[in-house]
Amino acid sequence: MSLMEDLRYGVEDLLRTERLPHVWCPGCGIGITLNAFLRAVLRRKIDPNKLVVVSGIGCTGRAAGYVNVDSFHTTHGRAIPFAIGIKFARPELTVVVFSGDGDLFAIGGNHFVNAARRNHSILVIAVNNFTYGMTGGQHGPTTPTGAYTTTTPYGNPDRPFNIPHLAISLGAPYVARWTTYHVNQLQNSIYKALGMKGFRLIEVISQCPTVYGRRNSMRTPLSMMEYFEKNSIVKNDASFEEMELKYNEKIVVGEFRVAKDIPTYEERYDEVIRRAKNAD
Amino acid sequence: MKSGYYFWSGDIAAAEGAIAAGCRFYAGYPITPSSEIAERMALRLPQIGGKFIQMEDEIGSIAAIIGASWTGERAMTATSGPGISLMNENIGLAIMMEAPIVVVNAMRGDPSTGLPTLIGQGDLMQARYGSHGSYEIIVLYPNSIQETFDLMMDAFNMAEKYRVPVMYLIDALLAHMFERVYVPPEEEIERKIIRRKVPNKVPSRPFEPDDDLVPPMPLIGQGHKIHATGLTHDERGYPNLTPKAQEKLVRRLNEKIIKHEREIWKVEEYKTEDADKIIVSFGGESRAVRNAVNSARKNGKKVGMLRLITLWPFPHEFIKKYTADFYVAELNYGQMYHKVREYADGNNVKLIAKMGGEIHTPNEILKEIGGV
Repeated sequence: MSLMEDLRYGVEDLLRTERLPHVWCPGCGIGITLNAFLRAVLRRKIDPNKLVVVSGIGCTGRAAGYVNVDSFHTTHGRAIPFAIGIKFARPELTVVVFSGDGDLFAIGGNHFVNAARRNHSILVIAVNNFTYGMTGGQHGPTTPTGAYTTTTPYGNPDRPFNIPHLAISLGAPYVARWTTYHVNQLQNSIYKALGMKGFRLIEVISQCPTVYGRRNSMRTPLSMMEYFEKNSIVKNDASFEEMELKYNEKIVVGEFRVAKDIPTYEERYDEVIRRAKNAD
Repeated sequence: MKSGYYFWSGDIAAAEGAIAAGCRFYAGYPITPSSEIAERMALRLPQIGGKFIQMEDEIGSIAAIIGASWTGERAMTATSGPGISLMNENIGLAIMMEAPIVVVNAMRGDPSTGLPTLIGQGDLMQARYGSHGSYEIIVLYPNSIQETFDLMMDAFNMAEKYRVPVMYLIDALLAHMFERVYVPPEEEIERKIIRRKVPNKVPSRPFEPDDDLVPPMPLIGQGHKIHATGLTHDERGYPNLTPKAQEKLVRRLNEKIIKHEREIWKVEEYKTEDADKIIVSFGGESRAVRNAVNSARKNGKKVGMLRLITLWPFPHEFIKKYTADFYVAELNYGQMYHKVREYADGNNVKLIAKMGGEIHTPNEILKEIGGV
């Protein structure tokens, strides 16, 4: 088997190959993330018929359209509550939300914080490319202060979310951050998270050369990847300050929280059902 | 619920009616005057192995029930006008994904926060046109606590049969009023449940409709590899952003309801046979109208009432078939009035409006139709 065939093996079965080519730009990092996810699914030997992928709207939101499993492309910001409806109704399913930073943290922010707080057993893969790609590169809730976008032509006065810190503060049992440069760590992280329960968040810092990099001195995919390579530091016990992302500065990556045995919402509701039936 | 007589509010009857109709999944957010529906569901669903969840807002609530619907559950949420305003984007998603759901709107005085505890009927056009785009939706509206219980069966059956959201209107008067309700034996109720069509095998084109224009609905977790999207899509469910795909899909989404409108229409024709004056009414307001009709009849006046139970698709044949002066009594400044005018074909149509907060008194209605 050639290297290309070897790389493809198995992953193609999890893709709707008849839908290719995809909509993502050359050099985009979403495909790298999707590849890492599908390989982790294969390694975890998850029955594809029991796996559900839910996306919102945006570039990353298109991921649901390419995976060859039950998959839903929902409304902007609403992937998490849609996924909760599926998971709560059918707890035996593996439910993964695969969406972007604007979708999950701006318009969908309220759903994110409440779902993490309740500890629904879903895995959220949040692709953070610092911008709204599909609409042409406006600033978002993750754009670093000072960055140039189409709606911050003089530099971004806004302050970005510290996503891992947010998730940790809500009690999420698994919280990690990687960049698309860290393909193996990312795949291992997704693999690990797929084997856990509860609300799991993996933030993936991803390059958008087309509408973000070009306005921030990183015009090519390679220059963005080089930025990730040169500036990333693995630090699992990072502090709040270290997790903060600053314009063109260090990116602290790692597994920031791994906590087992925190009861999930679905498990706690089983107890509700038990009590309700006994009260009859 | 055991067969027998109960003393229930409309909110309790709506919840119990939904459970009787097979609803086992509820996601909602509290809002007056619908909150008691959520409270009843929180109490009752886990007793029978169902699921209740209180979400962070109405947007999350409707998203969750659409997700649950794809697993095969008969799923419901309940709210009031402000909540419907928030849910409307995902009403469109359920239309486009053809996900059966039931959404209760306990209407209160409006607009905005309005009169939370008092009746309004200002959401009739919102129920029909609230989400963006050209679509057809089913809207039902009972007028008693018994009917609030019974009609839930139709709401769920229609949602499942046509794969469409059903908006179930009640109002603050019905929501909080208590009346006696008869619950039939379980076997009798279960016989009425219509289950959605599901494919016999894994379909290559899961959005390919049958002759009734409704595609059988594959369910999550059964190997169908469903893809559903709010984007314009082809019969495989894949995005197809062309005018041709748009024409084909959106035309069918509309026609699948229009084709079955006669099965969907429910109208009570009360003393209309010989009437030369017909009052069109619905919901809580129709109880005053019935009283006015009875008073007029006692005095030999030929007055009747058309009570719309199905508001949308608009039961236009029930207007067209009569030659009479029409009056439309509603708690707004004219919504269904305009639909009645559209089909009244030369007959006079007069609006009997009140801005909400309370229903008309029978005497006010009698005065508007020219006295007793």
